[in-house]
Amino acid sequence: MSTVLEHQPGVVAEAPRRGVRAFLSQAIRDRPASAVGAAVLFLFIAIALLAPYISPYGARERVGDVYAPPSGSHWLGLDDGGIDMVTLLMWGARVSLTVGFTATLISIVVGGLVGITAGYFGGWTDTVLMRITDYFLVIPEVPLMIVIAAIWGPSLSHIILVIGLLLWTYTARVLRAQVKSVRERVYVKRARSLGASNVRIVFRHVLPQIAPLMVANTVLTIAVAIFDETALAFLGLGDPSKISWGKIIENATSASAISAGAWWAIVPPGICVALVILSCTLIGQALEDALNPRLRVAHLAAKGFRIRPIVSERA
Amino acid sequence: MRGADYVIKRTVFALVTVFVAITINFIIFRAAPGSAITNLSRVPGATPALRAELQREFGLDKSKWQQYVIYLGQLGRGNLGVSFSSQEPVADELKRAVVNTIPMVLLGTVFAIVFGTITGVLAAWRRRTAVDYASVTTALFFYSLPTQWLGLMLLLLAAGKLPSGGRVDPFLFNPSIVQHMVDVLEHMVLPSATLGLVLYGEYTLVARSAMLETLGEDYILTARAKGLPDRTIVRRHALRNAMLPVTTLMALSMGYIVAGSILIERVFSWPGIGQAVFSAVRDRDWPMLQGAFLLLTLSVVFFNYVADLLYFKLDPRISE
Repeated sequence: MSTVLEHQPGVVAEAPRRGVRAFLSQAIRDRPASAVGAAVLFLFIAIALLAPYISPYGARERVGDVYAPPSGSHWLGLDDGGIDMVTLLMWGARVSLTVGFTATLISIVVGGLVGITAGYFGGWTDTVLMRITDYFLVIPEVPLMIVIAAIWGPSLSHIILVIGLLLWTYTARVLRAQVKSVRERVYVKRARSLGASNVRIVFRHVLPQIAPLMVANTVLTIAVAIFDETALAFLGLGDPSKISWGKIIENATSASAISAGAWWAIVPPGICVALVILSCTLIGQALEDALNPRLRVAHLAAKGFRIRPIVSERA
Repeated sequence: MRGADYVIKRTVFALVTVFVAITINFIIFRAAPGSAITNLSRVPGATPALRAELQREFGLDKSKWQQYVIYLGQLGRGNLGVSFSSQEPVADELKRAVVNTIPMVLLGTVFAIVFGTITGVLAAWRRRTAVDYASVTTALFFYSLPTQWLGLMLLLLAAGKLPSGGRVDPFLFNPSIVQHMVDVLEHMVLPSATLGLVLYGEYTLVARSAMLETLGEDYILTARAKGLPDRTIVRRHALRNAMLPVTTLMALSMGYIVAGSILIERVFSWPGIGQAVFSAVRDRDWPMLQGAFLLLTLSVVFFNYVADLLYFKLDPRISE
């Protein structure tokens, strides 16, 4: 975004090379909530992977009355088609997490490419790439996603692409700032004077330094992607043949679960989304904190908080 | 002068962004392959006269480049085409929608700014105390909730106590001005509260981290060394500087507000710009979607620009 906001999020001073384990244990020690977040996230991943084996009923199987309330055999009741809610949530986890992870992968690849190229080469490459990034940062993503998804037609792959291709700006900015500082370090200069190629320097010396930051960023982006998926689904832009958490919320809303008093059709999917987003936020923050030594000194402990996923991707 | 430089730079950036947004809008809706979308004149059920007029106005039989130029010209005159669903000019429909959206969004945003800033500052001031943990937890909680879902939850909780949708009660016969105001306010409570609560989390977190950062500055240490009371330090020295990021956030959250209002207006059937986007998507009303998207984008660009200038006014150190 604007120069004003160049908060240089998460620029790390000379980060000492520590083992991954030491790094993680420090992140957990400083922010114990992140361990809980990780546990919750892994639980959801496990559920998503095992959905076909552990879901009590079929995801399209009518097992009782419309909006039957929670009971012993259906812990969270039934939806407007008489389908078991627990089953739906498990299958929903599959699609929601798939969207979250794949869209994030796309955005990290694009953002990483742009950020590293801009930061590493500097000069006019940097100027051009960052200008483009700036424009993308200002134009609100969700309306743009809505427009593209509406024209392109609802399908899971379209949604993943739309979200992935519009979420890379923040990653690009963060990584660029970091690469710019890594590039100036003595060992990189030495490698260059020894005749190492750009590709080699980037892969051998720059990437390992920015990898932790990339991981922190990835985790935060997953939350945004899942959030955006629920938003698109809520506006009727979800893949009609796929059950996601967003789709379950949308479906219950359209089928007037509220006026029917069927809270069980609407409360649980939202809690699932919120739990995943909260977990990702906690993990991402803990990683960012552990990366930034400044934060360990109490009175310096402040950082640009990542502004709400949905549109403003700036710190 | 460097200040003038800064203002000029930001102005040029804003203008170019406007141009980029307008062009993206044209490319997505007109230049994209797919005949139904790209043809503005295919208003379902329209008279041949209306079609012919749209054909002529937007030069739809000409090349894409010519169409682009004509599009820019028509845009300058505020002509955005005709809505497919209502067959009325898109610009008129949008005007009506925006007038409805603004008060609802304003109420929610003001709530978030006031309360978010207060709790954020308090949390930073009382760092590592129960106050801090409680406000951060609350903020993170609201920050994590899907907007539309929070709206639905409020709807469930307020069922029967507050109106569940719309802007006014259609059965209120011949209301007095006071009755009308009360009616509108009652309808506004839930959507505004939804937006307010979601934004609240964000403002708290930003205000807190800004305040923490400021409290770590040297001049605060100096003030402390002078023996100034805590209250004075916070109020006279820290607060002013900590408000800088919060000011920027006010403009930056515009983008979020825009997206949030689309979801919120769908939940509460609030007849604003968000509802317009939703029904345009549902009814495949392309001219309407195009107009709404342009309006939303331009408002975000505009508020970003205002933020830049405001920030400069508040913090003269910025002049890069």
